[in-house]
Amino acid sequence: MAEAAESPGDRETVSPRPLFAGLSDISISQDIPIEGEITIPMRSRSREFDSSTLNESVRNTIMRDLKAVGKKFMYVLYPRKSNTLLRDWDLWGPLILCVTLALMLQRGSMDGEKDGGPQFAEVFVIVWFGAVTITLNSKLLGGNISFFQSLCVLGYCILPLTLAMLICRLVLLAEPGPVNFMVRLFVVIVMFAWSIAASTAFLADSQPPNRKALAVYPVFLFYFVISWMILTFTPQ
Amino acid sequence: MAAADELAFHEFEEATSLLAETPDAATSSRSAPPSSPGHVAVAVGPGGGFGAEEEDEEQGDKAALLQPERPPPGFWTFSYYQRFFDVDTSQVLDRIKGSLLPWPGHNFVRRHLQNRPDLYGPFWICATLAFVLAVTGNLTLVLAQRRDPSIHYSPQFHKVTVAGITIYCYAWLVPLALWGFLRWRQGVRERVGPYSLLETVCVYGYSLFVFIPMVVLWLIPVPWLQWLFGALALALSTAGLVLTLWPVVREDTRLVAAALLSTVVLLHALLALGCKLYFFQPLPLQQAVPPAQVTPESPRTPPSPALARSAVTS
Repeated sequence: MAEAAESPGDRETVSPRPLFAGLSDISISQDIPIEGEITIPMRSRSREFDSSTLNESVRNTIMRDLKAVGKKFMYVLYPRKSNTLLRDWDLWGPLILCVTLALMLQRGSMDGEKDGGPQFAEVFVIVWFGAVTITLNSKLLGGNISFFQSLCVLGYCILPLTLAMLICRLVLLAEPGPVNFMVRLFVVIVMFAWSIAASTAFLADSQPPNRKALAVYPVFLFYFVISWMILTFTPQ
Repeated sequence: MAAADELAFHEFEEATSLLAETPDAATSSRSAPPSSPGHVAVAVGPGGGFGAEEEDEEQGDKAALLQPERPPPGFWTFSYYQRFFDVDTSQVLDRIKGSLLPWPGHNFVRRHLQNRPDLYGPFWICATLAFVLAVTGNLTLVLAQRRDPSIHYSPQFHKVTVAGITIYCYAWLVPLALWGFLRWRQGVRERVGPYSLLETVCVYGYSLFVFIPMVVLWLIPVPWLQWLFGALALALSTAGLVLTLWPVVREDTRLVAAALLSTVVLLHALLALGCKLYFFQPLPLQQAVPPAQVTPESPRTPPSPALARSAVTS
């Protein structure tokens, strides 16, 4: 409380008094003209879980998180130089995208042949351990991005490839043939380029300038492997 | 706020009193880079005339922080591993070029690594090679299916796991064994020291780089061309390895030197051969075509390239 510290400041250093003891001596409106708000304006943007979010309905909580995830999706689809993805990182978006991608990519359980596509666990492991490895690599090279910020960016930039997977599955419902394959190849290449562009827009600035290529190459390899898994997906 | 102003004024006075007593001391904050410790330590350390006790403690703290020789960080800290990634893009490219073009006079370790081995090159070259092997192996299946529609295409994702494990085990366990062997022989001979473990890992990692374009060129489905590319890449890679190891084993007995070099070459050749046969093998479903269909046609039509490849390489 600012008023308790200001006027009886010298009195507090001389004799230890309870904190708000001098408060009754002050009449706010007459002695010290104060105007404005007492509440701190930052509190509305604070991320602390004080009692006001405990009392709100579940729908509000979920919608707030979903809106944050949706806003970040928009930032990935239309990449600009902005810090929102880095500042307010969350891992819900990457989890949703990874689970969606892994569910769509897994081969069916009815066929027992060894030579199929990746299982759900394989896709999951590749995405998360790939992202962790790239983050560690970026930090070891001297980048000044935090661990979870980098995971957040890499996870969110899988969104174009997830959209490519959706489109490929729809295209595969048509009859197979070279045209089918060319359409899928074109879609995957475009989305792969989009993912790389989005992630380098966010990540490139955090590296020292003479090591940018060293930090971006693993990102390229990561999205290349995911694109390969999407392109070679064949329905049973 | 009177209390806050008093605190600020007090600090300023202390700094100016320090400066007044040693006019030649350089003021530096505690976050001064350790690259110039000698300059500051000489000025602050054995200076006389500091009366107050807290100034002595501060001077002792500064001297301890800015000593020229700090103990290396322990292996459980992050900065220990950061030393192995202290390379620039241009340095990595230079090392890759050095491994691609081995020359008899140039030692890869002395000329390119220059006592600063890195882990970035070996790790990411192995990762790239593993994924490129799996992807191009799958691509040959796609291309073969276009020529011969009876072949059943499958993504073969388990090959990624096999490729990864093989390449990483080769590129990290073989240098470990080589380093151990050279250290044991050094104990016997007491001569020029061998390379450190990290330098050996670096040599092997960068020597695997030439396999990446070789694997991509193996997409061309001409068998003799594939064997030619394989032989060329293997020659370049093993030349690099042998030229790097030669100065170290040269002082040893001829038998040990010859045995070591031939083992290194043999292991490298086995890796290349294994990759060729496992990832680019003849397609296994030739037998799915019933022989009754094939035999009336075979005198008239030329054999398909897939069958020819299987005859040559199996």
